[in-house]
Amino acid sequence: MSAGNVPFLAIEGVHKFFGADHILRGIDLQVDKGEVICILGRSGSGKSTLLRTINALEPVSAGRIALNGELIGYHEKGDRLYPLGAVALARQRTKIGMVFQGFNLFPHMTVLENITMAPKMVLSVPAREAEEQARHFLEKVGMSDKASVYPTSLSGGQQQRVAIARSLAMKPELILFDEPTSALDPELVGEVLSVMQQLAADGMTMLVVTHELRFARDVSDVTVLMHNGRIEEMGPTKDVMSAPKTKAAQGFFASLN
Amino acid sequence: MKAQASTKPTIVAPQIFWGRRIAAAILLVIMGFAFKSMATNPRFEWDAVARYLFHPEILSGVVVTIELTALAMIIGVIGAVILALMRLSGNPVLVVMSTAYIWFFRGTPQLVQIIFWGFLGALYPDFVLGIPGTDVIFFTAPTSSVIGAFTAALLALGLNEAAYASEVVRAGILSVNFGQIEAAHSLGLTPSRAMRKIVLPQAMRVVIPPLGNAVIGMLKTTSLVSVIAGHDLLTNAQSIYNNTYEIIPLLLVASFWYLVMTTVLSVFQAWLERKFNKGVRRPPNLIIAMLKDRSLREQQSLAMQRSIAESNAASEVADVGR
Repeated sequence: MSAGNVPFLAIEGVHKFFGADHILRGIDLQVDKGEVICILGRSGSGKSTLLRTINALEPVSAGRIALNGELIGYHEKGDRLYPLGAVALARQRTKIGMVFQGFNLFPHMTVLENITMAPKMVLSVPAREAEEQARHFLEKVGMSDKASVYPTSLSGGQQQRVAIARSLAMKPELILFDEPTSALDPELVGEVLSVMQQLAADGMTMLVVTHELRFARDVSDVTVLMHNGRIEEMGPTKDVMSAPKTKAAQGFFASLN
Repeated sequence: MKAQASTKPTIVAPQIFWGRRIAAAILLVIMGFAFKSMATNPRFEWDAVARYLFHPEILSGVVVTIELTALAMIIGVIGAVILALMRLSGNPVLVVMSTAYIWFFRGTPQLVQIIFWGFLGALYPDFVLGIPGTDVIFFTAPTSSVIGAFTAALLALGLNEAAYASEVVRAGILSVNFGQIEAAHSLGLTPSRAMRKIVLPQAMRVVIPPLGNAVIGMLKTTSLVSVIAGHDLLTNAQSIYNNTYEIIPLLLVASFWYLVMTTVLSVFQAWLERKFNKGVRRPPNLIIAMLKDRSLREQQSLAMQRSIAESNAASEVADVGR
């Protein structure tokens, strides 16, 4: 737990309905700064939805999510939460990076423009400084030579590495990865995972929804297993993966072998 | 086995499409006869065409047509974006208002709308600017002096265009993948910034071709304002031939200028499309490819021969080594 007894990221009693479908059924999760957490589970278990509630891309139906004690996406009045205005929400989201399954690079901008756009526009970083930073992050993800090309000319793995650099350029406090390698050809998965592994080694706080068990085992501190909208099992990765205690976790790992 | 390594490789010649060539030849002959007949028929009065081509009244008509087109399209496109955003807003009142506007302006004849705006003064004789429900009045004047023929024409054309173009803009916005908006939001862009910086530039790619159509259509629709005495190109041409009875030549003069303006717009549109197609992979321009084709094919043929010779030589070496 981080200083002053305020957890870095605290998720408490989060429920989410899509119409009548109860997608998240009371999620409680605390994340310390610098932790790498992998969220595993079958498709439809709610793991992507949970990730998307953390930067309020998905509004929650009940419960609270707080980063450094600051409620994300809502403000509290009496015993109710009210949605934040667009400007306040956008400001909060600058602290939470997100990497998508489909990359979602901006196709009408070059790689460099993709990375410098938000720092310049949102954080008012001067153009030259933003560009220097962008080149620094491109080097970090091994894409220095592609700064001036458009995303469509890149492979999926390269696009995802640029997307990670774009996220890093906002200097976020944590990064959410939503199945970052699921849309990639098998031979391109490794290059993205090794960039993520490097990030973890640098101390970035990461929440990763993934199907890559090897990555989870090698990199993550904590593994969370979701099933039917609940966290069925959670603990140090080596414990959860080598000796799962719950039926749901045992079934999940058994189905993969 | 020894490979057949001749020094002169057998090259496959490109296929010749005789049907297409014959069709092209027939079309060229027909075109030739048509041009010859137009050029030699004295009733086209080409001398009169030449006389009126740069007539001051014609040129001022060209200017008015350009002004009307440009301003009406600006009103139209701004209105279209507002209507499209209203339609996509999810607020029932805004959605219904936008839909009703489009329904009304697309559903009534443009000519009626032009006459309506032109004779607005008959419906509302006084133009009053004040706070509704109070006696506070900032400004009042006869409607006909505030909304003259030009302004009326502009309102009629622009408000009508907004209805049509809003559907084009809406299609453009819907064509942008929702993941783009989510990525923009996750980077801390507010919805309005995401719309301006991410969604609209990408929507432009889809919007420009039909909007180019609309501008060219508008160029000629402006001629409808003759009914409220706007002095556009066609109206001025008509007012000349009403006195001189040189109807055909003046219509040719007007058509010439419309064609010139349309050509300029088409070139501008092509440039815009290239600009907004940045980062999109698409097939090369067919005509440019055709012009380059001959030299390209020769180069390719040479490269092919060289490459075949090399690989033959390599396989010979391999055979020798065996």
